[in-house]
Amino acid sequence: MAEPSPLPRSFQEIILRLQTYWGGQGCAVLQPYDMEVGAGTFHPATTLRALGSKAWAAAYVQPSRRPTDGRYGENPNRLQHYYQYQVLIKPSPPNLQELYLGSLRAIGLDPMIHDVRFVEDDWESPTLGAWGLGWEVWCDGMEVSQFTYFQQVGGHDCKPVSGELTYGLERLAMYVLGIDHVMDMPFNDPAAPIPLKYGDIFRQTEQEYSRHNFDAATTDMLFQHFKDAEAECERILSFAPEDPNSGKRIVMAHPAYDQCIKASHLFNLLDARGVISVTERQAYIGRVRALAKKCADAFVQTEAGGYVAEVA
Amino acid sequence: MPDLLIELFSEEIPARMQAKAREDLKKLVTDGLVTAGLTYASAGAFSTPRRLTLAIEGLTTESRPVREERKGPRTDAPVAALEGFLRSTGLTKDQLEVRDDKKAQVYFAVIEKPGRQAAEIIAEVLETAIRNFPWPKSMRWGSGSLRWVRPLQSILCLMSDETGSTIVPMEVDGIRAGNTTEGHRFMGAGRFAVSSFDDYRAKLLKNKVMLDASEREAVIWQGATNLAFAAGLELVEDRGLLAEVAGLVEWPVPLLGRINDAFLSLPPEVLQTSMKEHQKFFSARNPKTGRIEGFVTVANIEAADAGAAILKGNQKVLTARLSDAKFFWENDLREAKAGMSVWRQGLESVTFHNKLGSQAERIARIATLAAEIAPLVGADAAVAKQAAEVAKLDLRSAMVGEFPELQGLMGMYYAQAAGLPEAVAKAARDHYAPLGPSDAVPTDPVSVAVALADKIDTLTGFWAIDEKPTGSKDPFALRRAALGVIRLVLGNGVRLPLISLLSSFQVYLDKETSIVWSGFEGDDYIAWTSKSLLAFFHDRLKVFLKDQGIRHDVIDACLAMPGADDLTLLVKRATALQAFLTSEDGTNLLQGFKRANNILSQAETKDGVEYSFGADPKFAESDEERALFTALDLAEQAIAPAMKQEDFAAAMGAIAQLRAPIDAFFTAVQINTDNQIVRRNRLNLLHRIRAVCTGVADLTRVDG
Repeated sequence: MAEPSPLPRSFQEIILRLQTYWGGQGCAVLQPYDMEVGAGTFHPATTLRALGSKAWAAAYVQPSRRPTDGRYGENPNRLQHYYQYQVLIKPSPPNLQELYLGSLRAIGLDPMIHDVRFVEDDWESPTLGAWGLGWEVWCDGMEVSQFTYFQQVGGHDCKPVSGELTYGLERLAMYVLGIDHVMDMPFNDPAAPIPLKYGDIFRQTEQEYSRHNFDAATTDMLFQHFKDAEAECERILSFAPEDPNSGKRIVMAHPAYDQCIKASHLFNLLDARGVISVTERQAYIGRVRALAKKCADAFVQTEAGGYVAEVA
Repeated sequence: MPDLLIELFSEEIPARMQAKAREDLKKLVTDGLVTAGLTYASAGAFSTPRRLTLAIEGLTTESRPVREERKGPRTDAPVAALEGFLRSTGLTKDQLEVRDDKKAQVYFAVIEKPGRQAAEIIAEVLETAIRNFPWPKSMRWGSGSLRWVRPLQSILCLMSDETGSTIVPMEVDGIRAGNTTEGHRFMGAGRFAVSSFDDYRAKLLKNKVMLDASEREAVIWQGATNLAFAAGLELVEDRGLLAEVAGLVEWPVPLLGRINDAFLSLPPEVLQTSMKEHQKFFSARNPKTGRIEGFVTVANIEAADAGAAILKGNQKVLTARLSDAKFFWENDLREAKAGMSVWRQGLESVTFHNKLGSQAERIARIATLAAEIAPLVGADAAVAKQAAEVAKLDLRSAMVGEFPELQGLMGMYYAQAAGLPEAVAKAARDHYAPLGPSDAVPTDPVSVAVALADKIDTLTGFWAIDEKPTGSKDPFALRRAALGVIRLVLGNGVRLPLISLLSSFQVYLDKETSIVWSGFEGDDYIAWTSKSLLAFFHDRLKVFLKDQGIRHDVIDACLAMPGADDLTLLVKRATALQAFLTSEDGTNLLQGFKRANNILSQAETKDGVEYSFGADPKFAESDEERALFTALDLAEQAIAPAMKQEDFAAAMGAIAQLRAPIDAFFTAVQINTDNQIVRRNRLNLLHRIRAVCTGVADLTRVDG
């Protein structure tokens, strides 16, 4: 069993240690996806790569946006923009729990001092048509990660099964660093010449986006954008696989999926604006799910999705 | 005779599934072994978060050989018959024997199954059990196709006796059975081999695993109680939580913490629910004040710092949770004091059911009905109406949004904060009751009125839109609602004329609401719905009374009487009848009654007339006949006032007096004589017996 590491001193050190740890375990350390998403799962490196038969191992930070969670930077724990750390390994290795516990040790959480528990929590994403079984991981009664064995994504059975780990970085870091309000958390080394706290970087943006998300976002335009993204996604997928320019077989799964991500975020914004009624809500979720399914259908028709051209 | 030890070691099994899983494992394996011809002395099943274990003692080493003979078709039967027989026996034609059977030649199959080694059977049975395990939810993992509740990591399957132990060779989806396991995830010393169940259990304990869930429960309860006592508090009992927590740990270490003073103003139920639901904490109460002031969390590790870091972390999480709860509570109180109008408006946009309108519409219906029921249960109609209008407003409160199980209770607190009468507050809390069969029945008249109105509105509404329960499907819990009405009525001795109440409520629904009837028969949908609903109440009542030991035929005998829609009256009559029929006089009287009734019915059928003209004593020929006249006169005189007072026991006592005269009458008198006048008179006399007896309960429906 590895010696517990000295405690990290800042938010970014925790991220760097996770990057080093999972890189050391053989994961490709990717960069965040360049679109607005509600959770790390939406990154195509998870959603799409969990599909098909090809092996995969990736880890990355993903900035995530949940417009309804905006609290103008005042709530100690809630943010409309926050970071998730995401690990996806396919097929799930038999020692994934041990690997995960190793990552806790790497950031200074020693399970001989802390009470680490795997508590039943089944994961479901109605917008992605995805579900899996697993746990929320508790450390001293606090949920620090979500641990899921993907069973289905986009309506497709996952074969092989991917193991997915999601760390809520702010919450985890606040716990490790002993901070009570997220805005007080040191972002860089507190001994640096210019020490920056989380609040120095994000308090203002939390205020701006909270106001925007709740009051300013133009709903008519958002509704229109939702329709556009939906239509564009379907249009992209309606092209025949054969590309006349290159003469190659090119299924445009990723560009279509970008539109699905867009539609999902637009829905979240509309939800925050409070203009979607309870009954309409289900219908919108169903529309995003329909897109996710079509993108999943398309991805498994690509090489990365395990498609093998039939030899005549 | 060897013992068998099986352990299925996996990643963490959800706590709520463990108890059933260990029983399922025991049943699947022992049933499988017995079916395959093995026997065993005893079997015990255990579970921890990471393992299901089965220990079987005194297993036979091999199954008994079985010889089975089966008779087939005649030798001259069509070929198809022979082919079918060969298929079903798995034999070829030359393996069959031909024997003489009566006048024909018949094929016989002799199938001999030799005894099989226990190990071979165990391997098969265990594989089948694993592959067909009835988990409520199961999953795949890695590249495999096996399903288990979470990844299955190892299988231990070991036979042992005095001479040693052997691994039962078997493999499931690449997992080969062995004789090793692991202890505690963090405190154990890696994998180790075991040689028997005793060795297994002892080594687990050394590696910080308590195998038996009931032992873990005892340790938790004892430890938590002691901690609370030492802190001057008492632990709040919670069996469900105890079982759950015992399923979350392999080595329970209870730790006690104090709740920050800032949160002690929260209602105790809020503290308790928040701590239980989110954190799986036990609550500890101050015995002097009744306030919840402490909590006990159960860790899964003996930490070097004696749990200081664990407790600090848990305390921090609790503070965040209770800050939320306090925020909800204070906002809700403000809303309550302002009159709850925002909640009232909010419920207008919450759909109850798309054919039954919004929650606000539903509340209006319940309020109307509660006011109508109020005088029947001794409540003030205006207060009952007000209570019904307030009772469900807490559904819009932030606290109930967070903890739906606090509905009603929060309603009470908010009604009190709003300065409403105590009866209104109580009704908010109690009007959902009774929910389960063991749930207490409200007794405060206003609560009873609202509780009845709530349930009757639900039943009537779903009946009107044709969403009645069918078979095992009862998505709106209508059976529970009907049982609730029954228990409210009987528990409070309420006299509710159901038919007229249901009818007038439906007339209101028809005229004043947008509900549209469907699925009825005939034109008069209100009469049809009332009748159908009453039959549903009667069905539920039969189930309820059967559990109380009242016979089916006794209930039928009372259902046939007038006023059967008054459930209190109905049960009063049934209880008296049941007691009467278990007495000696009752049993004998029933025989006499049945005899009289049979003779009379036969005569009526034969003669095509009804003998109800009134018998005349002047045609009586014997003393016994005259005595029966006198006895009937006396009985009738006694029964009339008893029935008026609904004193069914007295009425039945009066009938019991007829037993001796009826018996004597039948011994001495022949009904069918040649003298037609005397015969008619005697038949009319029998009719009097029937009339007197069935005036109390329809004895023709009683068995025996």
